[in-house]
Amino acid sequence: MTMHFLGDTAVLMGRSLRHITRSLDTIITTTIMPIAFMLLFVYVFGGAIKSGSHSYVNYLLPGILIITIASGIAYTALRLFMDMQSGIFERFQSMPIARSSVLWAHVLTSLVANLISIAIVVLVALLMGFRSGAGVLAWLAVVGILILLTLALTWVAVIPGLSAKSADGAGAFAYPLIFLPFISSAFVPTHTMPGPVRAFAENQPVTSIVNAIRDLFTQKPIGTDIWIDLAWCVGILIVAYMVAMVTYRRKIC
Amino acid sequence: MNSGNQVQGPAIHVKGLEKSYKKLEVLRGVDFDVARGSIFALLGSNGAGKTTVVNILSTLLKANAGTASVNGFDVAAQAADVRECISLTGQFAAVDEILSGRENLVLVAHLRHLKDSGTIADDLLDRFSLTDAAARKVSTYSGGMRRRLDIAMSLIGNPQVIFLDEPTAGLDPQARIEVWRAVKELAEHGTTVLLTTQYLDEAEQLADRIAILHGGRIIVNGTLAELKQQLPAAKVEYVEKQPTLEDVFLAIVGNDGKDGDAGNDRSVGTDE
Repeated sequence: MTMHFLGDTAVLMGRSLRHITRSLDTIITTTIMPIAFMLLFVYVFGGAIKSGSHSYVNYLLPGILIITIASGIAYTALRLFMDMQSGIFERFQSMPIARSSVLWAHVLTSLVANLISIAIVVLVALLMGFRSGAGVLAWLAVVGILILLTLALTWVAVIPGLSAKSADGAGAFAYPLIFLPFISSAFVPTHTMPGPVRAFAENQPVTSIVNAIRDLFTQKPIGTDIWIDLAWCVGILIVAYMVAMVTYRRKIC
Repeated sequence: MNSGNQVQGPAIHVKGLEKSYKKLEVLRGVDFDVARGSIFALLGSNGAGKTTVVNILSTLLKANAGTASVNGFDVAAQAADVRECISLTGQFAAVDEILSGRENLVLVAHLRHLKDSGTIADDLLDRFSLTDAAARKVSTYSGGMRRRLDIAMSLIGNPQVIFLDEPTAGLDPQARIEVWRAVKELAEHGTTVLLTTQYLDEAEQLADRIAILHGGRIIVNGTLAELKQQLPAAKVEYVEKQPTLEDVFLAIVGNDGKDGDAGNDRSVGTDE
């Protein structure tokens, strides 16, 4: 049955991509909050924040992109949950298909949806004056980091998508993820924070991811942040994938 | 088809099936056989374990003890072979609401790796009187249309055994008659049907054999005539035959179920 894996995944991915193109409001909804944060922080609070950067929108964008992904994967969990509820998941599982393709289709769809949301947010940032002299390689590195982060967080989202009891519960796990960037270097430099908060901020994954992307955007030499960033993303990906697989096996025996 | 024509013998064979969820014993030794090309009704009240039996047979659940085979394949050891020759229509119409009726059928045809998915979809739309609604989103369908689409999706790839879990739960009388007609047609085409129901009249209407699942075991298994013999002997009484509310409803609405036109599903009542 594994020989059908690619074909079945493609067919099922085509299905969930249609869900997205037919309800574009979900993509717009996921971009509204990050864009609102960006407007609020650049035009309202930004004047009071000394980021040490010439343009605050340049400083802010990496963190906003992480918030975009965090709010995007809430919909991944919701879409998976709806499939579990409606019984269509069981229908697929009782058919002669590669069973894991049902999950992979959702994961890859999540990746596509999040990349569209990220493109929209970057476009708005460009309108707000975001500029970067980063070359093609640096941009590719940024996209690579964002893809890795999206995959890691999507596998996190699969867990509540499979096991939630209600639609609200399926999406609720994303809230802490959305607020994690606030206690990081995303909005203000961490050295302005009091001791314990600073210690948390400097040692949580968002700070290293934000710093790595920021360095790439501002063409600074790549420091250790990118390796810490990659270690966090790969670590989250592996753990989330394993937990998701255990949850999945329990669900379908 | 490929692995389909395995062996002769019963289409479904269940022996000593046990299943419990934590401490709750749902099945405590279920035995039954279903002959090829017949309709078998599993009758039982809510929570009797009908869905558990169906889920084990359709490889979604593992039994704690006992054996079950479909088309000669063991559901635990040869699950992939079982899935090649079955189709499950679950308790809730498992259709994709956002896709159109036709897209739902094409999707299943693709997943069954069939060529010519468009023709297959169009044939089934026609057979289930859904051609007019083919391009509409399923979320606009009535309950009866949804169920018909659900069953149509189950027929793709001509599975030899079809499981229908409470196919008419929550349907209005007209839609119920439509579904009954579809199930009877299936059996005429040689498909083996195992259906679960809590409606006695449904089992009476459709099934060649009826088994009653109660307390985790099959307590009765036989044809309708055999089941009736187990009851106290018939007495002759004179009772004025009143039309049932269902008769009244169908007489007023003027649909005897023969007309399965898509448009009629929504036009209950007066002309507009």
